[in-house]
Amino acid sequence: MVGISGEPGNFSVSVREMARYIDMEKCIACGVCAEKCPKKVPDAFNEGLGTRKAAHLSYSQAVPPKYSIDKAQCLYFLKGGKCKACEKFCPTGAVDFSQADQDRDIPVGAVILAPGFKAFDPTQYSAYHYANYPNVITGMEFERILAAAGPFQGHLVRPSDHREPTKIAWLQCVGSRDLNHCDNSYCSAVCCMYAIKEAVIAKEHSHDPLDAAIFYMDMRTHGKEFEKYYWRAQDEQGIRFIRSRVHTVDPVPGTDDLAITYIREDGAINTEIFDLVVLSVGLETSPGAMKLAGTLGIDINSDRFAQTSSFTPVTTSKPGIYVCGAFQGPKDIPQSVMEASAASAAASELLAPVRFSLARKKPVFEERDVSQEEPRIGVFVCHCGINIAGTVNVPAVRDYAQTLPHVEFVEDTLFACSQDAQGLIKDRIREHNLNRVVVASCTPRTHEPTFQETIKEAGLNKYLFQMANIRDQGAWVHMNEPEAATQRAKDQVRMAIASAAFQPPLREFDLPVTKAGLVVGGGVAGMEAALGLADQGYQVHLVEKKDFLGGHARKLNQTWLGEPIKPYLDDLVEKVQNHSLIEVHLNSGVTNVKGFVGNFTSTIATEGREVDVDHGAVIIAIGAHSYKPQEYFYGENPRVMLSLELDQAFREKNPLLTEAKTVVFIQCVGSRIPERPYCSRVCCTHSVENAIQLKEMNPDMDVFILYRDLRTYGSRENLYKKAREKGVIFIRFDLENAPQVEQLADGRLKVMVRDPILGFPITLEADILGLASAIIVKEQERLAQLFKVPLTNDGFFLEAHMKLRPVDFATDGVFIAGLAHFPKPIDEAIAQAKAAAGRASVVLAQDAIRAGGVVAEIDADTCVGCQACVGVCPFGAIEYVPDEDVCEVNQALCKGCGTCAANCPSECITLFGFSHKQIYSQVDEALKELEEEMEEAAGA
Amino acid sequence: MSEKKFEPKILGFFCNWCTYAGADLAGVSRLQYPPNIRVIRVMCSGTVSPHHVLRAFQKGADGVLIGGCHIGDCHYLRGNYMTIKRISFLQELLKFTGVEPGRLHLEWISAAEGPKLAQTVRDFTEKIRKMGPSPLKPAKQAA
Repeated sequence: MVGISGEPGNFSVSVREMARYIDMEKCIACGVCAEKCPKKVPDAFNEGLGTRKAAHLSYSQAVPPKYSIDKAQCLYFLKGGKCKACEKFCPTGAVDFSQADQDRDIPVGAVILAPGFKAFDPTQYSAYHYANYPNVITGMEFERILAAAGPFQGHLVRPSDHREPTKIAWLQCVGSRDLNHCDNSYCSAVCCMYAIKEAVIAKEHSHDPLDAAIFYMDMRTHGKEFEKYYWRAQDEQGIRFIRSRVHTVDPVPGTDDLAITYIREDGAINTEIFDLVVLSVGLETSPGAMKLAGTLGIDINSDRFAQTSSFTPVTTSKPGIYVCGAFQGPKDIPQSVMEASAASAAASELLAPVRFSLARKKPVFEERDVSQEEPRIGVFVCHCGINIAGTVNVPAVRDYAQTLPHVEFVEDTLFACSQDAQGLIKDRIREHNLNRVVVASCTPRTHEPTFQETIKEAGLNKYLFQMANIRDQGAWVHMNEPEAATQRAKDQVRMAIASAAFQPPLREFDLPVTKAGLVVGGGVAGMEAALGLADQGYQVHLVEKKDFLGGHARKLNQTWLGEPIKPYLDDLVEKVQNHSLIEVHLNSGVTNVKGFVGNFTSTIATEGREVDVDHGAVIIAIGAHSYKPQEYFYGENPRVMLSLELDQAFREKNPLLTEAKTVVFIQCVGSRIPERPYCSRVCCTHSVENAIQLKEMNPDMDVFILYRDLRTYGSRENLYKKAREKGVIFIRFDLENAPQVEQLADGRLKVMVRDPILGFPITLEADILGLASAIIVKEQERLAQLFKVPLTNDGFFLEAHMKLRPVDFATDGVFIAGLAHFPKPIDEAIAQAKAAAGRASVVLAQDAIRAGGVVAEIDADTCVGCQACVGVCPFGAIEYVPDEDVCEVNQALCKGCGTCAANCPSECITLFGFSHKQIYSQVDEALKELEEEMEEAAGA
Repeated sequence: MSEKKFEPKILGFFCNWCTYAGADLAGVSRLQYPPNIRVIRVMCSGTVSPHHVLRAFQKGADGVLIGGCHIGDCHYLRGNYMTIKRISFLQELLKFTGVEPGRLHLEWISAAEGPKLAQTVRDFTEKIRKMGPSPLKPAKQAA
């Protein structure tokens, strides 16, 4: 993107499209160009650990799978017109050296920035010698070493001698939390977790017992289910966690090994030798992204990330331009995915009035009814240039297909996927009155949709189609065995034909969508979600248990950036209450739910009165609560306060606080313990923030924070630094040596803790004891049952996928936002609420939900009502109908996995397209020759 | 005919999202493996019912290879958990009927693991070759 003009809703962006010197339309991803290309270059995708050619695919699963030529490395460009090997060998004539970079102006309504991050370059840590010793590598390089598709096929080896290491060290915070070697004062938020993950996987890949040691300052496993992973790594995998910032990595003369000398917490100095040292490099904004920010004129914060506010976490300083992912701040995948949905929701709010105005409708083709016809199958065998025909005898396969039952017509084509071949297939369907088509070529994973579209245009139901994969799983993998490859191709074609003969036309149908949303919970997340939906034009029912909106945010004074919460919250409540599309139900709860995605009917009970509301989607945002400690005299002594109560004391200028001389905070009260094995994520930042405020109120006050690991992740690290500068004293403790508290006669509190550095107990006399207590979720089971969604062992709602679908449930049409998902600060709760609104609007924006196709169906006549299918369905799509003693599949919810069909003892469940008949016939055909042989043998 | 070298017949059930994609990647990477296998594409390894596997052995398959997504990666969330249960049960059943349970093999192969797919097919084919023809092929051996 090289330029922008215009205004929100009506931008014009200039985009420079780099020439790839390969025509995307013609490229069939056969890879011949790369094979013939003589120029080897370091493979950037594999961090330079392997090589690729100048003609290349960025990585093996690149989408779309189209090659390109690296101009900076290509001999044709370097040597002035020589080489052209790729052009000579490309079977489709896709290579085009005449291409040039093209500038295009694209009209858009909104812009979303997601340029990602650049991994920190550790060369500048001279004492770690990354540039000098091959066995000092970065975490990114180690990822590639472990990857199955990486330079070593996933074998754990070290770069210098490709020997399997037996002892590996990870050094944390390289390029993070550091102003000496770089300008990155922030914590990169992901490195602790990735180091643990790498250590765990390295142990799995290692043939000999691997000694894995992680050197760290604070272990920051503050994400959902992360703490448990950390514990398992330590207790079950035996990974060593050593709390020490390593100063120097030294070579061991005469070997490729490396020596690390470090100081333990007790002051002892140790030296250990490692085979491999992995630097856990941090995340930073790339120069390219900085340039982009300049082009767009958006503000950048002091850590060089896009400037946003806690209340509008995906909105840049320029209206109409949104941001998500690591360019907004260092973060992990789940948070990035949430922000991506949030940014798209924010853009949708802006563009809601013109929704679908640029959408094009697909033409509708009349479908011929073939249900009464015998199968008349057309078989097309593809040469794929020489990709198939170079190994497989294509004419032989074609002629063989002609002999098989139900086959009416056969033909071989040079490229079945080409435009003219598609036209030909359509002609042949009409000429020969074909009612099934089998194409023997590449893989259905990339080309089935193309051919399905073709036969649809010729008036056939698109499911009357099968593919035999004779390229990717044929010619290409048996290149030296042409006869066997041809035999396999014949067999796979015979199997495909047999399956096609049993393939019925499949029905797709439209289910109407109620364009309204239900939001359960009237806190910040619930209100933001409701507003997000309403601003996109959908009716919303907002249900709140209490008699007011706002939830726990009412008890918070400010965000970690110091933005006051009350004005924001008052404004939000007012917007929600006055929005014409939002109906607020206070003192209310959801008592019953019927229906499914697009078509829910829920009962809302308000002080004994019940109303039914129809809605297409629901967002659960019931929030969480603070754990009320049994320990530390909480509830007995007014000087003992939880974090939120401290906020209240600040607001009310409580003399106990304002006149205090010593304040002590104890972290992890109720968190990170065996009964509650998770980190509550917000408490470290909250205590640090309160400590700074106390120091600003009274610089002479003694403020102590007793902590286990200080988890001020991301740019919050800057607060930790500020607190230390202001003289807040941080004392670490272990779970086994948790602080002891006694009450003094005057009501003050005596806090005893063992300082691990000094090695002896310390006694503090506190006027105020702040307890950073855990965040817990309550009264969530009933709602989980009503909407058929699962909970984690810790009681939080469990999303469909921890990384990739952080606001969805496996059950369609149900979404999650806020603290009921996991503890999180207000900016993340808002982002998640916006994300949930965005995901829910994907349902609500449609006039109808397309269902059917490859889904399961139960034959009511043969079903005995055993319900074996009900329990195995991961999507809650099967219900037992007691009146008829049968089970029934809701095809709107069915995803077509077929687990039910495999589990049904009477085989009365059919997964369309993969029916038992079709699978049995494929099994039979695959082994047919054998059967004939067996019969022959028996006869003899 | 009895002098003809034994070429095992192997049937593969590969899930669409992981193992089938891994097999495609093996092809794109031109990784070579023995041509003894015939592959049936299924949406999920959980789609493979015990009956499908038993049918294969009845019809004379020397080995059956089932490929699915790694645990936690299932496109359908937990289809592959069903697969584990079914396969370990089936292996017991095969043993009971006199078929070596090793003739049925389950492997998790992701879409990125082309090399693993090729290696698995190579190893499994070799293993079955060593085991010899399936004991359920009496007719052929009688000849």
